[in-house]
Amino acid sequence: MTGPATSALGSLKADYLALVRRRRMYSGLITVLFVSVLAAGFSVADARNAGGFWQGLPKIFDFPAELISEAIDKSADLPANLLLYLPALIETVNIAAVSTLVGALLAIVLSLLSTRGLARWPRLIPFFRRAMDVARAVPEIVIALVLIFVMGGGPVPALIAITFHSAGALGKLFSEVNENADLKPVEGLASVGASWLQRMWLGVIPQVAPNYISYALLRFEINVRASAILGFVGAGGIGAELRVAISWGTGRYDAAAAIFILLFLTIVAIDQLSSYYRNRLVGAH
Amino acid sequence: MLHIRDVTRRFGRNTAVDRVALEIPSGQMVGIIGRSGAGKSTLLRMINRLVDPSEGSILFDGREVSALRGAALRSWHRDCAMIFQQFNLVPRLDVVSNVLHGTLNRRSTVATMLNLFPTADINQAIDILDRLGIADHAPKRVEALSGGQQQRVAIARALMQDPRIILADEPIASLDPMNAQVVMDTLRRIHDEDGRMIVCNLHTLDTARRYCDRVIGMRDGRVVFDGSPQDLTTRAARDIYGAGEKFSEASTSTSIETLEPLFNPAPVREPAFAN
Repeated sequence: MTGPATSALGSLKADYLALVRRRRMYSGLITVLFVSVLAAGFSVADARNAGGFWQGLPKIFDFPAELISEAIDKSADLPANLLLYLPALIETVNIAAVSTLVGALLAIVLSLLSTRGLARWPRLIPFFRRAMDVARAVPEIVIALVLIFVMGGGPVPALIAITFHSAGALGKLFSEVNENADLKPVEGLASVGASWLQRMWLGVIPQVAPNYISYALLRFEINVRASAILGFVGAGGIGAELRVAISWGTGRYDAAAAIFILLFLTIVAIDQLSSYYRNRLVGAH
Repeated sequence: MLHIRDVTRRFGRNTAVDRVALEIPSGQMVGIIGRSGAGKSTLLRMINRLVDPSEGSILFDGREVSALRGAALRSWHRDCAMIFQQFNLVPRLDVVSNVLHGTLNRRSTVATMLNLFPTADINQAIDILDRLGIADHAPKRVEALSGGQQQRVAIARALMQDPRIILADEPIASLDPMNAQVVMDTLRRIHDEDGRMIVCNLHTLDTARRYCDRVIGMRDGRVVFDGSPQDLTTRAARDIYGAGEKFSEASTSTSIETLEPLFNPAPVREPAFAN
């Protein structure tokens, strides 16, 4: 360093303080932006609403209250109802499980092919990324409706629709996990002459497996709900039953309550399973 | 004055530190040596209260710091700065922000989250960095710095705390010999200029001898040596490390001056691999 040290230090301080002021200004701007987007979004939603948000607000609990009071009145039937809808629940969970498994396998391949530093063909990264974008962009209910129109109702259209969407959604999450993977083991395996598949299988998968599993189980949860919703449009399972049970006026609210309890218990079971297996996988290291 | 009174720490069935009793007067620079697993780190962590003692008590100027809780404990952490082997900085934040973390104990959480550090503190942080010779790196992200520079950022963070004690847990074990010397010179200079107490875990005997006023040797959780650097003979070192006659200090030394060839060149052998 040349020149008087004190003035160099002074300009260093001035530069850094300017940097701090700039950063504070940016965070202030972002806060303003955040609040205004929130306000604008809400007012648009309120304006487009068929009824009025503020008029409807006091009545928001009418339907749940009616549902719960009827369910409590007929609470004696609850065990019978739970048993009655169990087969439909199993069908729904089945759809979700198969589509999560197949979707996750597709997602692993897609994510490895679209992660910088890991990809087999780096030039094709944008192609695989766009493929996943498409899979995420098309709502699963649209795919399911088209397939139901072509192939008729049943679980298979729901299965295909959810698998397609899961592959895209999990592929993106997995690829973010891959980006944080340590490349040193991969380099080590390359140095002993391992093929791409061997490098991925032995160098990357052991690192990312716990995160893969927890994301896949989260997706399983989402897919249980998705496959229940697809039941509304003719894909069978517990959604079809729920649609009949929950119609306002003609519905059987005790049955609806039983279905909600079944769905809730399923989600709790998946959650417990997910944390148990994740801890075991992480603990094994 | 730091009093350590018969402090014991157990982890499950293992006793990491076993009834250690020490008195360290203010302004002393102490080196603790011993092999891995001797309990050096645990002892340091108990002084800072990152780990709680299983038995015994630790007093500083008559106050029992091993009984502190909540805000009083956090204020003790501030008085008792810690320097780690792996630096333990936030890699994605810039150097000055990391140094400013030394003031967190007297800042409110909300002000911290909004990144509102007073200008006076920012100036002081840059002054400290200048004192340690790394002011040029002030706006850089910590992860862009070398190990020796990162360790000096960690020392700057410690100084920003304005601590009564600086504890250093293997501060040079991850550094090359050149950077190790810079970091140890820095710690010694802080000790000489500010008169702060420094307790330093070290791996290498020559570093302990050269920089410390007093050397403590630990083995299997107990203090087995406590004396001046002159008393630390090769025989005493063998006792501390539990080593036999083959133990040679030069083979573990990291200091640049003692580097000299220890072995004769190996004779040429027949290749062991298949051609």
